[in-house]
Amino acid sequence: MRTLIKGGRVVDAKSKINDCLDILIENGKIAEIGKDLDFVSGDIIYAEGKYVIPGLVDAHCHLRDPGFEYKEDIETGTRSAAKGGFTSIACMPNTNPVIDNQAIVKYIINKAKQDGVVNVYPIGAISKGLKGEELSEIGELKFAGAVAISDDGRPLKNSSLMKKALQYSSMFDITVISHCEDLDLADEGCMNEGYMSTVLGLKGIPSAAEEIMVARDLILAEYTKVPIHIAHVSTELSVDLIRHAKSRGVKVTCETCPHYFTLTEDACNGFNTLAKVNPPLRTKKDVEAIIEGLKDGTIDIIATDHAPHHEDEKNVEFALAANGMVGFETALPLSITYLVKPGHLTLEQLIEKMCVNPSKILGLNKGSIEIGNSADLTIIDPDEEYVVDANKFSSKSKNSPFNGFKLQGTVYYTIVNGNVVVREKVLL
Amino acid sequence: MVLKSKDLLGLKELTAEEIEYILNTAKTMKYILISKNKKTPHLQGKSIVTLFYENSTRTRLSFELASKYMSASSANVSASSSSVAKGETLIDTAKTIDMMGTDVIIIRHPMSGAPHLIAKNINASVINAGDGMNEHPTQALLDMFTIVEKKGSLKGLKVAIIGDIYHSRVARSNIYGMTKLGAEVCVAGPATLLPPEIEKLGVKAFNTVQEALIDADVVMGLRIQLERQKKGLFPSIREYSRFFGLDEKRLKLAKEDALIMHPGPVNRGVELSSGVVDCEKSLINEQVTNGVAVRMALLYLLTRRDSVENIN
Repeated sequence: MRTLIKGGRVVDAKSKINDCLDILIENGKIAEIGKDLDFVSGDIIYAEGKYVIPGLVDAHCHLRDPGFEYKEDIETGTRSAAKGGFTSIACMPNTNPVIDNQAIVKYIINKAKQDGVVNVYPIGAISKGLKGEELSEIGELKFAGAVAISDDGRPLKNSSLMKKALQYSSMFDITVISHCEDLDLADEGCMNEGYMSTVLGLKGIPSAAEEIMVARDLILAEYTKVPIHIAHVSTELSVDLIRHAKSRGVKVTCETCPHYFTLTEDACNGFNTLAKVNPPLRTKKDVEAIIEGLKDGTIDIIATDHAPHHEDEKNVEFALAANGMVGFETALPLSITYLVKPGHLTLEQLIEKMCVNPSKILGLNKGSIEIGNSADLTIIDPDEEYVVDANKFSSKSKNSPFNGFKLQGTVYYTIVNGNVVVREKVLL
Repeated sequence: MVLKSKDLLGLKELTAEEIEYILNTAKTMKYILISKNKKTPHLQGKSIVTLFYENSTRTRLSFELASKYMSASSANVSASSSSVAKGETLIDTAKTIDMMGTDVIIIRHPMSGAPHLIAKNINASVINAGDGMNEHPTQALLDMFTIVEKKGSLKGLKVAIIGDIYHSRVARSNIYGMTKLGAEVCVAGPATLLPPEIEKLGVKAFNTVQEALIDADVVMGLRIQLERQKKGLFPSIREYSRFFGLDEKRLKLAKEDALIMHPGPVNRGVELSSGVVDCEKSLINEQVTNGVAVRMALLYLLTRRDSVENIN
């Protein structure tokens, strides 16, 4: 099986390509990259005027399978990912049952092979049942195929257990991803603590709830000399603390999500539950600091934190509404519109944060366009404008605060292991 | 004039003109209320339901009597004895009430934004009778009515609101309403009970009761709830009362003719001394009467919106 992608501008951050080139795919791998490649038979994709970039890699999403298939399952989740240009995604363990044992890791990998259209990499739980009490079988998780461990959704409250998790996981060379939140400080809060929580009469989550845990985990990473990855960074001080730790040589990486560089707490006005997310949307100064952190390299990754929820879980009182928003199908256009177009990041830098770095941090051999690599490619038009219509998302859930936003950047093709999954903007 | 929205969700959403219009209508209603025969046909043929998810004596009774004085059919739903206890969602409960021909649903709910949620989903008018820490607009309207009755206007008056501002929907509604009508509002309470960035709402915030009281024309105490002590927000009722309680001595800082108010129920000897509650300047009982008048006015204005629109 051969496919030729003809005439697109190939851009990659790792191999430093930025030129109009053809790419020949053979047996799922990139066989040749060059000008005016000869072609005998097979599929031809004309990509003139488009950009051919590495398939996007998401280091943080929720596929809800097993356990919450009414929100999303592996089939719909991976289709949504493909629609958004993602070819590899790492899913968090807060499923039911929790991904804290080999069987669930294997279930996800097998189901993804059967029903999925992109590469799926499970993230195992740090603690059994996400309870924060005992370590899960981290070695077994790793050998079953988990690419990282995290108690995402809940912090590991016990500092001693966090220290042990770092030390123990270092034996298996598996990334530890920390969800930073001091639950006592967050208390019953349901949005950022600040002006908007005062206006709405809602209990607030202080930015300090995140920052204190970021500081703790940076200290533990420095102390144990084990790498740590901080999930969904949302505040100015978190960025600053991580920047400082990096300057001290701490092996820390971190991610943010599109909603933290595009929206503020103002999005919650009118009790808009679609803007309810954890960590909560912050303030303008935080948004600016997140963008600054992306620019200077403090923030390594843009992840989606794709968090599908059923309509009934959002159409309730604000305090009762579920946290999170779907993200696969808006992550790239939001990043292009809010980061690349205003000149904060170049397209190459964006590829670093959405392809190269997530692959590196999760230890995947993905995220770059090189001969011999599996043909995971996305073809985009970064200039094309469109209006977000959440009802047309391929995800089972439509909970997006970006519905109706006018954005730039559309995905024309998503190719996973040489198979065309999205063709001319249509999911096959 | 006609109220813009079918609902009264908060004073945040009303204009100064709309607030004045409600207060003026309440004047007429008070005249009816204190007359010997308090029965008018204004709400004849209208159906009004109170849906309360929290305990209430005065607000609920006040709405109920207001409806009855104006000849509406009225009914009550209590969360504890309804399908709510069986796990029905708020929207489903509200839709059920809506579909029985209800014109106005009056809701009290422990969660901020609950009235806004049902207002979007039903045809009936929704009146917010207190939602979480957000707003209690009818309480603020009756407070403002009471002040205007005594002082003629709110313009230029200094109003001191003392107590647990953080959890107080009464404080928020009064801040929105009074600042719109030109009053200068000061709030005071323990630092742990002042919401962040409260001054951006156009008020002055203090951590001593004295600073807020100086030259005040109106002094409003708020109820302090014991459960806040368990949450570590203040150490004891005794200490709270020592630093923030309003007694005769402290009130000397306010103007000679300052009005004393409280939304009730009062913890005597905590936020107000008994002497203050019962003193001549205290309007706590009048507030209750005026509450009925204001609610009559609101029910009248909200139920006649359609006919006014048709005439226009």
